[in-house]
Amino acid sequence: METYLMKGNEALAEAAMRAGCKCFFGYPITPQTELAAYMAKQMPKRGGVFLQAESELAAVNMLLGAASTGVRAMTSSSSPGISLKTEGISYMAGCDLPAVIINVQRGGPGLGSIQPSQADYFQATRAMGHGDAYIIVLAPDSVQEMADFVALAFELADKYRIPALVLADGLLGQMMEPVSFAEPTQSSVDKSEWAANGHKFKREHNIVNSLYLDAPTLEKIVKKRYEKYKVIEENERRCECYMCEDAEILVTAYGAAARIAKTAVAKARQEGIKAGLFRPITLYPFPRQELRESAKSARVILDTELSMGQMVEDVQLSLGCTLPVEFYGRTGGVVPAPEEILLKLREMNGGKE
Amino acid sequence: MAKVFVITGHYGSGKTNFSVNLALSLKSREPDARVTVCDLDIVNPYFRTADFKELFGGKGIALAAPAFANTNLDIPALDFDMASLLYECDYFIADVGGDDAGATALGCYAEIFKGERLEMLYVVNCYRKLTENPQEAAELMREIEAAAQLKHTGIVNNSNLGSVTTAENVERSVEYAEEICRSTGLELYATAYKRSLEADVPKPFLCDIFVKPIWDKEMRV
Repeated sequence: METYLMKGNEALAEAAMRAGCKCFFGYPITPQTELAAYMAKQMPKRGGVFLQAESELAAVNMLLGAASTGVRAMTSSSSPGISLKTEGISYMAGCDLPAVIINVQRGGPGLGSIQPSQADYFQATRAMGHGDAYIIVLAPDSVQEMADFVALAFELADKYRIPALVLADGLLGQMMEPVSFAEPTQSSVDKSEWAANGHKFKREHNIVNSLYLDAPTLEKIVKKRYEKYKVIEENERRCECYMCEDAEILVTAYGAAARIAKTAVAKARQEGIKAGLFRPITLYPFPRQELRESAKSARVILDTELSMGQMVEDVQLSLGCTLPVEFYGRTGGVVPAPEEILLKLREMNGGKE
Repeated sequence: MAKVFVITGHYGSGKTNFSVNLALSLKSREPDARVTVCDLDIVNPYFRTADFKELFGGKGIALAAPAFANTNLDIPALDFDMASLLYECDYFIADVGGDDAGATALGCYAEIFKGERLEMLYVVNCYRKLTENPQEAAELMREIEAAAQLKHTGIVNNSNLGSVTTAENVERSVEYAEEICRSTGLELYATAYKRSLEADVPKPFLCDIFVKPIWDKEMRV
């Protein structure tokens, strides 16, 4: 397998095309622009469509249209652009459409900053638009995982007929690392039951829709969708455990924050501090059982994020308030150095300075 | 008259790390020389020459960066008085943004650079997707020249796979760089690689790695 040196944003684009993404609709925004630029160069050469829409709203609705036909399709943006796209994502959730969305997060709220951030966790896991709905959320922590999780996002989206989001951040999007690509996976899922791709007068026409004329029908459909969420929560939880077995202080972090935390944990171990790192890979479904298991020997948790603390709520919920949960974060686009986490670990270990 | 080095290439080819190392090597070879590094990148929001302000300050190297580099003002604003900058130094290194898009910024100073002793170096990395074969790299080089309105004078082979690069990776890239030299008619200026690797390559230029993510940097506590 060939190894390349790539930017995270480029790896997302390359992996999407290899996964059979045929349509990309986007609108430029820092720090994810290289993804769209790569798509613009490559899609026409590889039999796909790159379209720069007139706005994020247009892009997400084009995605809805393309996904309705059953082709693998994707859009990408960064935080403010994702906010604009949430309406369309809610519609796709209501239509049970598989599609992939990329968020290369930057600082917020509002126009915020162009520096890396993880302040869209609430949005990604709780409110990708209105209504009773979840979408699958995958959080890579390396350029390699950026590539791997785009392929996985397409696979899971098809399997469960659900939108899937890759939640990255500006640091992962802009940084360069070696990456290799697994064999291309094409959708093996039969979409003929629902895809609106031309009935040619040979079958009943399929309808892709999220509007229901009476309330009980909508309730029935939403409840059925929640059965699907249960299956996803049962089968698709993913996480990484690093030195958790005997950890007395368990750090929880995802994405780029987990890379920073891992360096700090490794250093803390050298100093004799029994630290470990639990990294959720799926943010929805959140790996609750796995976290409880990993925290067995812990007396305290340190959650760290590039935000004011959002995943920390899922950590607390997972542990049912059985352990004290402390938090350390930087926000607004400020990236903490591993030293900052290490100092916090020393302090929690009894104050060796 | 200043000696001007203009560093171009595909983004991610390692222009910034090479520029920083070039500045440091010039300064250590000629401690009295006035060396200025200019961050001419209008494309990348981060991982740029302006990040090394502290390092340059400690070595007596001047940094010229766009006023809004590393801020949230996401506009390609360049506010250099380029003629004065060149007048005030002995060695001038311009680290240009990636691809032809980045080289457009260079184009607006082309007339000024033409009057100087100019070494315009095209940095290549065979492990970068989209410039992995010599033809693609040569094609991009010509696009950069069109945008920059300047011609290259040499090739810097900076082929690497980031932190996992081996001596063999570097040695394997020699043929690629030589092919680019052949097809463009340019000379190989240097083969740049990490100092700790023992690679047997033409015109070796040993580099320290400065451009790396925060979790790979040395801890200060």
